[in-house]
Amino acid sequence: MTAADAANALQAKFASRILKRVNFRGEETLKVDPASLKAVLTHCKIDLGFDYLVDVSSLDHFGDDTAETRFEMVYELYSYTAKVHLRIRSDVPDQTGKVETVVDLWPTANWHEREVYDMMGIDFKDHPDLRRILMWEGYPFFPLRKDFPLGGKETDVPDVAFTGSAPLAGGPFVTVPSNATTLHREPRSRES
Amino acid sequence: MSESGNSISTAYDSKIEGNIIFTQVDAAMNWMRSNSLWPMPMGLACCAIELMASGASRFDISRFGSEVMRFSPRQSDVMIVAGTVTYKMALAVKRIWDQMAEPKWCIAMGACASSGGMYRSYAVLQGIDQLIPVDVYISGCPPRPEALLEGLMRLQRKIGTEHALADQKRELIAELTA
Repeated sequence: MTAADAANALQAKFASRILKRVNFRGEETLKVDPASLKAVLTHCKIDLGFDYLVDVSSLDHFGDDTAETRFEMVYELYSYTAKVHLRIRSDVPDQTGKVETVVDLWPTANWHEREVYDMMGIDFKDHPDLRRILMWEGYPFFPLRKDFPLGGKETDVPDVAFTGSAPLAGGPFVTVPSNATTLHREPRSRES
Repeated sequence: MSESGNSISTAYDSKIEGNIIFTQVDAAMNWMRSNSLWPMPMGLACCAIELMASGASRFDISRFGSEVMRFSPRQSDVMIVAGTVTYKMALAVKRIWDQMAEPKWCIAMGACASSGGMYRSYAVLQGIDQLIPVDVYISGCPPRPEALLEGLMRLQRKIGTEHALADQKRELIAELTA
């Protein structure tokens, strides 16, 4: 089975619920209707043999007018027997919508989904232990959202932890890819 | 250490009274404290590797008196904060600092412990000196073991300037001189 075969099999079975298929240099990505996400992932694991969940991550389309919903989930799958990668994407229905957990399919998703919850604020239905994993319990913000500043916000939860906002001294220092000399390419504040 | 007293030399191997040294209590206490600084290694990130290298055989830190890395705060003298201090970990660092017995000192090793380093972000405490009083800052990312040893020696010189007995017996001295 190649990645294309797996994508073909999924498209054959789920027809209209696969919204988009992209092939980039051999990598197959399928965009799935949110209501059938769990069914698609179950089929991948059980029938197609994608036994390894590589990663669960999420996207924040804040400020992007071409996106339908704000958040999007991305699942990276791999099959050890067929040595094939596959990527499944799906919108999160609305800002407070819940996503079905895949912990019952791949137990490793436990911590991945906790990280998605901690950083983005996406809730997972039926997750056995949904709490913050990188920040501490009681931290009031979701740091990887696009409207959260890089330097952080001030919080003060006594006896638990506290944060300040870090001075950025001119903003994040970014390079500009070009063929110019290193003097022009070096990371510097792009505000001025 | 200074010599006081009469004109008869009371050197270390004197024929009159052997093995006796005259000095001030402060100087003696400072000498003892600075030459037996047992570190509490708060090794949090990459600087901890250089701390371990300092403790290993090539850059032996026990030459300078730091014979053992005591991981118990009750048994250590100097806390070497080596690595990035996140806000989540800062709480634990403060608790360990509070449990250390006086006299205690702190060395902030590396850029992250001194000022937050390259991590200007929501999760990193911008320098451990926002929580605990730091005596010596060591720059570097990571500082070489020689730099850590130089920082340790600088701390030893700093301890040499302290008034150990006067600090401890402040009320008694005030009473006696009143």
